[in-house]
Amino acid sequence: MTATDISPRAQTTDYAIELRGISKAFGPVQANKDISIQVRRGTIHGIVGENGAGKSTLMSILYGFYRADAGEILINGQATEIPDSQSAIRAGIGMVFQHFKLVENFSVLENVILGAEAGGMLRPSLSRARGLLKDLAREFELNVDPDAKVEDLSVGHQQRVEILKALYREADILILDEPTGVLTPSEADHLFRILRGLKDQGKTIILITHKLREIMDVTDDVSVMRRGEMVATRPTAQTSPTELAELMVGRKVLLRVEKPPARPGKIVLQVDNLRVVDSQGVERLRGISLNVRAGEILGIAGVAGNGQSELLEVLAGLRDAEGQAQLRGEDLPLAGPGAGAISRRRQGVAHVPEDRHRRGLVLRFMAWENMALGYHHDAAYNAGPLRMNNAAIMRDTEAKMQHFDVRPPDPLLQAEGFSGGNQQKLVLAREMERNPEILLVGQPTRGVDIGAIEFIHQQLIRLRDQGSAILLVSVELDEILALSDRIAVMFDGRIMGERQSDQTNAQELGLLMAGMT
Amino acid sequence: MDWVMVVQILGSTLRLATPLLFACLAGLISERAGVFDIGLEGKMLAAAFMAAAIAYATGNVWLGVASAIVASVGISLLHGVAAITFRGNQLISGVAINFLAAGLTVVVAQNWFSQGGRTPSLSGGGRMARIDLPFADAVRDVPVLGPIYSGILSGHALLVYVAFLCVPLTWFMLFRTRFGLRLRAVGENPAAVDTAGISVVGLRYGAVAIGGVLCGLAGAYLSTGLAAGFVQEMTAGRGFIALAAMIFAKWRPWHAMGAVLLFGFLEAVANRFQSIEILGVSLPVQAMQALPYILTVVILAGFVGKAIPPRAVGTPYVKEH
Amino acid sequence: MSAKGRIPDWADVTLVPLVSVALAFMISAILIWAIGESPWEAVKLMVEGAFGSSYGWGYTLYYATNFMFTGLAVSVAFQARLFNIGGEGQALVGGLGVALVCLYIPWPHWTLALVGAMLGGAVFGALWALIPGWLQAKRGSHIVITTIMFNFIAASLLGYMLVNVLRPQGTQDPSSPRFPPETALPSLHEILALVGIPFSRVPPVNISLLIAVAMCFVVWYLLWRTRLGYQIRAFGESEPAAEYAGISPARITIYAMLISGALAGLMAVNSVLGEQQRLVLNAVEGAGFIGIAVALMGRNHPFGVFLAAILFGFLYQGGAELALWTGIPRELIVVIQALVILFTGALDNMVRIPIARLFAQARARGR
Repeated sequence: MTATDISPRAQTTDYAIELRGISKAFGPVQANKDISIQVRRGTIHGIVGENGAGKSTLMSILYGFYRADAGEILINGQATEIPDSQSAIRAGIGMVFQHFKLVENFSVLENVILGAEAGGMLRPSLSRARGLLKDLAREFELNVDPDAKVEDLSVGHQQRVEILKALYREADILILDEPTGVLTPSEADHLFRILRGLKDQGKTIILITHKLREIMDVTDDVSVMRRGEMVATRPTAQTSPTELAELMVGRKVLLRVEKPPARPGKIVLQVDNLRVVDSQGVERLRGISLNVRAGEILGIAGVAGNGQSELLEVLAGLRDAEGQAQLRGEDLPLAGPGAGAISRRRQGVAHVPEDRHRRGLVLRFMAWENMALGYHHDAAYNAGPLRMNNAAIMRDTEAKMQHFDVRPPDPLLQAEGFSGGNQQKLVLAREMERNPEILLVGQPTRGVDIGAIEFIHQQLIRLRDQGSAILLVSVELDEILALSDRIAVMFDGRIMGERQSDQTNAQELGLLMAGMT
Repeated sequence: MDWVMVVQILGSTLRLATPLLFACLAGLISERAGVFDIGLEGKMLAAAFMAAAIAYATGNVWLGVASAIVASVGISLLHGVAAITFRGNQLISGVAINFLAAGLTVVVAQNWFSQGGRTPSLSGGGRMARIDLPFADAVRDVPVLGPIYSGILSGHALLVYVAFLCVPLTWFMLFRTRFGLRLRAVGENPAAVDTAGISVVGLRYGAVAIGGVLCGLAGAYLSTGLAAGFVQEMTAGRGFIALAAMIFAKWRPWHAMGAVLLFGFLEAVANRFQSIEILGVSLPVQAMQALPYILTVVILAGFVGKAIPPRAVGTPYVKEH
Repeated sequence: MSAKGRIPDWADVTLVPLVSVALAFMISAILIWAIGESPWEAVKLMVEGAFGSSYGWGYTLYYATNFMFTGLAVSVAFQARLFNIGGEGQALVGGLGVALVCLYIPWPHWTLALVGAMLGGAVFGALWALIPGWLQAKRGSHIVITTIMFNFIAASLLGYMLVNVLRPQGTQDPSSPRFPPETALPSLHEILALVGIPFSRVPPVNISLLIAVAMCFVVWYLLWRTRLGYQIRAFGESEPAAEYAGISPARITIYAMLISGALAGLMAVNSVLGEQQRLVLNAVEGAGFIGIAVALMGRNHPFGVFLAAILFGFLYQGGAELALWTGIPRELIVVIQALVILFTGALDNMVRIPIARLFAQARARGR
């Protein structure tokens, strides 16, 4: 299946939006490749794809944040230049971002009129907006208290304010980026009622999501993106979740990792009913229970943002949680003293964080300094009550760099001077060479070149065969399938299901990842 | 303490509060737009010098005021270039501006007037005239109201009244106009402003420039209204007291007026007495001088109603999606 | 700062500050020219005045001693990404500590007095920095604002102590009594005489210079050889990475401020005990603020601070000479200081981006 064919006979005026041959590269990364898509006026058009498929880039081009390297945008059949958001607004496009762009201590009304005021004074704009909001509330169930401060509103209501903002600017085309990621199911249902109402009024809606159920429920057409390309567009009525999941995942070159069958031993980590509520009061983990045995890899699959990061942070001692956890049968505190990162390391929990640039490395530290990060209290790294034994750290770093084939093998090079793959090898060397009881790994091969991926995978298998337990979080389904012995799928802070890796396939997991059971 | 003294102290409070009020509102507007401004002191100082120098040279105080504004806005724009255009450290830029003004004013003053870094004393048209409010003489002898109107409120330079007029004006601008709405938004969440298609850079430059105008008035009043000429370091930390007042007022115009009146009063009292007895405790003059700063630290610490600055203050805006 | 294109480390450490300082000097030269003096003559006078005699050297090194302490103070805090503008107040309060120690403890010999004064200055300075540090760590109060406020509070505190407590009866001058003669520190003249090198006896440079140089080494050792230094630097470079490593942000903030304040307080050993031999109101004379310029120029590295302190010592001594012999007032130095701060601290991107571009071009041509 290639990109949607653009038929010359198609009446362009039927389309609210038409993109032709849009390409966009960020340095060497081709985020959008020759994308063409037609969105019928007065419909809800879904765009699905895995993380990094290029959906957000495409929408950012449409909203004037990025300029495409090539291609054409047609709005209502008219070729339109969109160099900035102002032009997008003028062209009738409204955008509801995943992370809301609201001024939190402003009232709803103030947020709605910001940038679209009717004159130098606020009062006329405010009263005009108040009237309009009242109408919209009646018409579309878009009711929010116009005088409430945004920070006092629930997430669902804040989202309504974003929609109101777009409607106040008389947007005909509304783009929503992962709108239900932050909503409760009933809030999501409400949102869909609003969207259907808007569609009935002739608005065109583009819905970006990874949740197939939503696509099936609410869209008229659906386009699938994969690795920067538009791989298919279907009328929703003529497709199925299974087909979409297949299109999303694709028939990729399967990653092959030579691995002997696992010989799982005793349970190393046991977690029961883990709950995390974030600072905004949103429940990120809703009762996670799992266990990992010695000598096995438990893979956690899922689309980013479904609670995997929080799970890793809790286990690594970087975030407090409720629930119970046991390491080798002993209680592992999840909050308060004894729950910190240092204690975890002492107990044999090693952690390769998801974001090595922010967390895993101090980029301006040299390789050898990074080798002590988190282990700076280690007796072998210290030469007295105050002094660190830099020579010992240096020697250790050299050995570990050798062992993990870090290139260049120069312990004096700053971390930011290494390639992505070699940076990751540095982190892995630090965390794995101590033969931890359990290794927590997040996105081990994100931004890593092919050669290094293979090496990293081999090392993980080696550690498993030496008897460590490994909990692997990755948004790359291939990686999960290639490495894991058991796979748990997370969705919306819960575990949707657990499978033996040799008894499942990408399609089944893809459905679970999209919240379908 | 007799009534005459009370009247004198309160009148002096208004005069001492005036430069603080201008500077405080300048900082308030700048920080409401998300730009730290610890260079208030420097801008005031430069303006004070320019006002006195030009007023002396031309004999016209208003030309002095205009030059003060030009100088102060110029420095503001330098801050803008560092803080907004080059996304540099806004605090360090402010520190640099304070030293720049402290040094330049003396160097230039010495070069122009050769009087050890001061300007010659101003007199006549070079100073700001006192204005008697209407009927000030007529009601002077009315009990209570007379002294308040004629003794405290009347008889100040024009800029004193302008300063207090700036309070409602600032409030109106911030909370009743389109410009104010956008300005407050850019200090809270510049991404919201950017996605609404408004220029973040333009708004911030605008706010910084307004701050420059107000600091210009503050400095001009200092050297041509409160004093009769410029002397080295004549701002004497007033820029920082204004900063303290801004925090104390939690970035709100009317509260800012309250804060500068309090701090002005403390200064007026400290100028008058060496120590003061309160409830049997003798409070030394230094304690009164330090009080604004101590109060501000207490507010900053959040022990009494936490001061929460505009959310985006101090962080240069970088587009990210 | 993410400038487009990377600059090699050596260039980032040397070229960027050098270009910044060159810009600052250029503008200052234009200013000197604009007020009708000759920049070239001015430079000659300054160099002559600061380095032309052991008298000049003596003053240059005396000032440099102060700036080493305050520059180190600002640097240590900067290493933890804390902007301590409070060096001035911490040095003032440190001076109070030095004075109390020297006045109220009968020291038999200057060596003991020196140790006592160092402790007094460091502890008082550290405590004055502790409060803003604690407020930042535990209450999130912006450390820049609180340290500014603490500078003023320190000035008032000192004023009160000098006027109401320490001032000897019958004098008008707000200053402490003279310290006992046993506490007088040996001057560089005396020290160098031991090894037979003649040196002017006039300038106030004293043994504190050696302590300041030693402190440069101690701070280097602390930052790059100890576990605490490692944690301070890790926290300063990346707070998320520090958290990941189990380093407590609150604790590091407090420790860094304590050390910073102690270093600023130590400055008083040079100025209060070494020079004045009594505590006066303006004992610090802006050296706390000059520490900001010194730290920025020295790239927060003790060795850089050492060099930058000598440069500023030269500027201060040379500037004084300049004021003596020409119509250029001393405050010109404040202008230069301001420009150095501006270019190295706030407009660094303006300097760095063109340099990065030049390197990118050179690389492209080399290919």
